[in-house]
Amino acid sequence: MLGIIIGVASVIAMLAIGQGSKKSIQDQMSSMGSNLVFIMPASQQRGGVMMGNTSSQTLKLSDVEAIQKDCPNITAVSPEVRSSGQAVFGNKNWPTSLYGGNELYLGIKKLEVESGRIFTEREIKSLAKVCLIGKTVVDNIFTDGTDPIGQTIRFKNIPMKIIGILSEKGQNSFGQDQDDLLIAPYTTVQRRFLAIDYITGIYTSAISEDKTEDAINELTAVMRKQHKLAENEEDDFRVMSQSELVSTFTSISDILTTLLGAIAGISLLVGGIGIMNIMYVSVTERTREIGLRMSIGGKGRDILMQFLIESTMLSVSGGVIGILFGYMLSALVGSLMGWPVVIMTESVVLSFLVCSVIGIFFGWYPARKAANLNPIDALRYE
Amino acid sequence: MNNTIIEVTNLKKDFHVGDVTVHALKGINIQIRNGEFVAIMGTSGSGKSTMLNILGCLDKPSSGEYFLDGVSISGLNKNELAELRNDKLGFVFQSYNLLSRTSALENVELPLFYNNKVKSKERKERAIAALESVGLADRMYHMPNQLSGGQQQRVAIARSLVNDPVLILADEATGNLDTRTSYEILELFQRLNSDQGKTIVFVTHEPEIARLTSRNIVFRDGLILKEQLLKEKYLASDILKSMPVEENEI
Repeated sequence: MLGIIIGVASVIAMLAIGQGSKKSIQDQMSSMGSNLVFIMPASQQRGGVMMGNTSSQTLKLSDVEAIQKDCPNITAVSPEVRSSGQAVFGNKNWPTSLYGGNELYLGIKKLEVESGRIFTEREIKSLAKVCLIGKTVVDNIFTDGTDPIGQTIRFKNIPMKIIGILSEKGQNSFGQDQDDLLIAPYTTVQRRFLAIDYITGIYTSAISEDKTEDAINELTAVMRKQHKLAENEEDDFRVMSQSELVSTFTSISDILTTLLGAIAGISLLVGGIGIMNIMYVSVTERTREIGLRMSIGGKGRDILMQFLIESTMLSVSGGVIGILFGYMLSALVGSLMGWPVVIMTESVVLSFLVCSVIGIFFGWYPARKAANLNPIDALRYE
Repeated sequence: MNNTIIEVTNLKKDFHVGDVTVHALKGINIQIRNGEFVAIMGTSGSGKSTMLNILGCLDKPSSGEYFLDGVSISGLNKNELAELRNDKLGFVFQSYNLLSRTSALENVELPLFYNNKVKSKERKERAIAALESVGLADRMYHMPNQLSGGQQQRVAIARSLVNDPVLILADEATGNLDTRTSYEILELFQRLNSDQGKTIVFVTHEPEIARLTSRNIVFRDGLILKEQLLKEKYLASDILKSMPVEENEI
């Protein structure tokens, strides 16, 4: 019966954890903006030579302008550039990333300003050395509790004045710390930090979640025109939507859940074999009892039913205990890992059904053996 | 109920063990009437156990006829035989064969579980009545391991009575009991036979036990050696009175 308990507990726990991670991703998605569509440079093939992503310089500011003009399904667009380096204040420093965007950038990525303000259009035009700071950076640099706003930190040795603090977002479902960043005008990052005139990403907001598909098509068309791509040439960019990413991940986590469930299912199978063994032993030990029951009028069918019911009771009660253990186990894992845990009613019902079936199936052969005993021999059994 | 409970005509039983055929019964003729108390005697290998199995509808003859209370068993299948056993027979075994984690009352009820016509309330009433007739009504809820050997055998006897059978078959029923308890059990059997008119067939190899019945049939080598009607009635109760009372009697 222990096998059944472990099997059921692990099925419940695995499915709960799997479903929980899926739900946490879905929650993340709604917090990140489900109509987010972004464009990345794609790896290029130049005359048969693959160039890889990092050296791609195909995205330009003119693309951003074109999108603003020609995509009715897009409500907001911002370029993105990114630079990694060390942020320094006083004797404290912290490795982080500096992102550059326009005044719509925060809105598109659903980032909020907790205190202070975002940079203005004028500051963008003037390549102003201002930035917003994320909570993780604050915690590591302003350890004495000084208000970061108005302070000047150095990033890659260039001084930047802090004009705002971003609200905390925590870890996303891919394990990245969303508060470990600085945000500045893209012009500043492009020229002063990276000395480039291309951009590394374009972030847009579709007009609504269901229009995401249309938005993607529009963006692709505009980008291809901008990049003067011929019909047979592949895109030199990649358009990805948030929901696309999420559905990829949810299908991955579905596969994972199924896999985990299958592994747990194997242990259920082992539990069933355990029940079969127990029942065989039980039949052998109770041979005389079976002989007695037959002698006083028990028919083969009565004996069969008796042992089948016993094996089913065994597996179902193991299942109930297993379900309780499964609850406890998934709650424990959930609190340890910080993941939400979802107990599905379906998995409980399924476990019950499976246990009953296992009880009947694996109890069948021993029960049949019992029913086919010869009463005379059974009565004489030592 | 027929007047002839058992009618056995030219009954033969062979066992096939590998290449060898064992002729356990070589042509048996028996008639037992309602109300008789018969002892079947013989050494091991005489065929008495085989005879008992066939009389108990646990086995079928290779040839010949057996009519139990007017019903021929040769045409019956396993399920029909089981029903017949439930309806007409009561068994008492040498090793009691009670269910161990079950109370005396539930043990006695057991044959009625396999009888669809009896509901649970009536089942309990009949079981209590059966326990009363063997003098164990005050120990209804005891488990077998809380009962002495003699008491356990009484529970087994009550169980054999609960379906109101036409015939009780006892197989060395006193084999596991000491002398005094054996006579107490025989006293019970004699009382069931004389007061309630129960027909009893008792298989034994002990002449002292066989003496307490009204007819002895002796088996040897698969045939009936001799039959004997006992004119004198020995009562187990008399023998018990004459037995010395043991010092540490339970």
